[in-house]
Amino acid sequence: MASLEAVRTKSASRTRWLMISPAVLVVIIGAIAPLLVIVTYSFLTPGSTGGVNFTPSFDAWTRVLFDRDVFDDTLTLSGTNLEILLRSLLLSLATTVLCLLVGFPTAYFIATLNPLNREVWLLLVTVPFWTNLLIRTFAIQDLIRNEGIINTLLTKAGLISEPIQMLFTNFAICLGLVYVYLPLMILPVYASLERQDRSLLEAASDLYARPFNVLREIIVPLARPGIIAGSILVFIPAIGTYVTPILLGGGRNLVIGNYIEFQFGQGRDWPFGSALSLALMGIVMVALLVYIRHGDSHGHEHG
Amino acid sequence: MAKAFPVTHQPGFGAVAITTFIFLYAPLAVALVFAFNAGTSPAKWGGFSLRWFQSAANNQQVISASILSLKLAAISATLSTTLAALAALAMSRTPRFRGWTLAYSAISVPLMVPEIVTAVALLIVTATFRGWTGYSGLGYLILAHTAFCVPFAYLPIRARLQTMDISLERAAGDLYASPWNAFRFVTMPLLFPGILAGFILAFVTSLDDVVITEFVKTAGQDTLPTYMLGQVRRTITPEVNAIAAVFLLISVALVICIYVVNQRTKIN
Repeated sequence: MASLEAVRTKSASRTRWLMISPAVLVVIIGAIAPLLVIVTYSFLTPGSTGGVNFTPSFDAWTRVLFDRDVFDDTLTLSGTNLEILLRSLLLSLATTVLCLLVGFPTAYFIATLNPLNREVWLLLVTVPFWTNLLIRTFAIQDLIRNEGIINTLLTKAGLISEPIQMLFTNFAICLGLVYVYLPLMILPVYASLERQDRSLLEAASDLYARPFNVLREIIVPLARPGIIAGSILVFIPAIGTYVTPILLGGGRNLVIGNYIEFQFGQGRDWPFGSALSLALMGIVMVALLVYIRHGDSHGHEHG
Repeated sequence: MAKAFPVTHQPGFGAVAITTFIFLYAPLAVALVFAFNAGTSPAKWGGFSLRWFQSAANNQQVISASILSLKLAAISATLSTTLAALAALAMSRTPRFRGWTLAYSAISVPLMVPEIVTAVALLIVTATFRGWTGYSGLGYLILAHTAFCVPFAYLPIRARLQTMDISLERAAGDLYASPWNAFRFVTMPLLFPGILAGFILAFVTSLDDVVITEFVKTAGQDTLPTYMLGQVRRTITPEVNAIAAVFLLISVALVICIYVVNQRTKIN
C-alpha cells in the first residue's frame, strides 16, 4: 500500500505545482528576471548612445558614493550623489515620523469607538487610499500653489501680503508623501491597538496611573508590532517615490527615484542607473529585515 | 463611582483624529468642487459649470487613454486573479511542502521591490525585446501589470481560504460529491468574496499605476495616469480636476462594493 500512497502523493504534488507555477512564472518574467538583468548591467560600462557595452567594470558601483578624478583617478566622496541619497533618506524618515505622530492618535481614537462607528471611520480611512495616487497629489498641488486656496485665503485675511512659496519645496514633497501614505500607518497601528486587552488599562487606571503614563508604559509598548509595520509600510514607498517629487518638488528637489530615471533618460548611463536602483533596493531590504525581526507577525503565519 | 473619563481616554487624541480626517478629505473635496468651476483659477469660484467635464469628454487623447486604462486593468486583473486563485488554492490549507517558502516569496516580490526599480528594469528588458522581435504591442504592458497585480489578488484570496471552514468540503466529499462538484458547489461559492476582493484590488492597482506604465509604454500607449502626468509637466487645466472627480467616484463605488460584500459574508 505504501507504493500506492506514494503514487497518490506524487500526483497530488504534480497538480499542486501545475497550479502554482503559472503565477510564479508571470512574476519571474515580469519582475524577478528584469531585476537580475539590472544586477548584470550594474557591472557593465555605459554605451555611447544609451544601452551598455559588455565590458565588466565596478565603476558604476564606485560612483554611487564617489567621484573619480578625471586626471589622476583619485576617488573623493561625491557631493551630489550623497546629497541626493541624504535628502531621500531624510524626506522618507520625516514622512514616517509625521505619519506616526498623526496616525497613532487617529488609530487609537478609532480603536476606542464602538464597533459600528469603528467600521465607518475605518472605511473613511480607506477611501482616499483607494483613490489614484496621482489625483491625490494633484489635489495637494492645487491647495498649496501660490495662487491656490491656502495662499488666497491667507492673503484675504490680511495675514500675509505675498503668497508663501510652498509648492516646489522639500516641505511640499513631505506633505504630499504624508498625505498619500498616512492610511498605511493608521491601518496596521489600529489592528494592533484593537487587539489590546482593556483590563490592563483598567488596572493601570485603578493604580492611579495618569493617562500619559498609561500610554507610555502600556499602550505604546503593546502596539509596537503595529507601529513598526506601519513605519515600514510608509518608509518603503516614500524612499522610492518618483511621482510626488515631480509634481510637488518641481524637478529642483531631486530624490533617488528621479535620479535613477535621469540615468535612463538624458543621463544615458544605464549601468550607473542600475547600481543606484540596487542601492535603493538595499535600503528597502534593510527596512524589511527590521520588519521581519520586530514587526507584526499577524497575517504572516503559514498554511 | 463613575470616573470623569473612561480608562481609554487620552487627552487630545480625538482632536488629532478629527484633524486627520479633515486633512485627508479637504484636498479631495476642494478638487471635486473645483471640477465644477466655470473659471480656470484653482482658488476663485467662477460659478457652476460642466465645461471641464465636457472638454475632457471631447478630448480624443483622454478618451483613448481612458479606454486603454480600463482595457489594461480588466485584462491584467482577470489574468492575475485567475493565476493567484490557482496558486492560493494549491498553497493554502495544506501542510507546508518543499518549495512553499520559495513560491510564496516569489509571489511577494512585486510588493517588496520599489516601483521605480521594477520600472527601469522592465524598461531595459522591453527595449531589448522590441529591438529583437519588432513587436511593440500591448503585450509588454499586460505582462508587467499582471505581474505586479498577482500579489494584490493573492492576499485577499488566501486570507479568505484561511478563514473558510474546511469541514464543509470534507462533508461534501463524505456525501460522495466528486472533487470537481465539491469545488464547484462548496469551495467556489465560499471563496467568491475573496476572489472578488482580489479582482477589485488588482483592478484598482492596475488602474492606479503610473511609474511602471510610464517606463514600459511606447508612443501612443498612454493610460489615463501617464496622460495626466504628461499634462502636468506642461500646463495645468481644470480638465484634470474633472478626470479626478470621475476617478474619485469610481474608487468610492469600489470601496463600498467591497464593504458590502464583506458585510454580507459576515452575516452568512
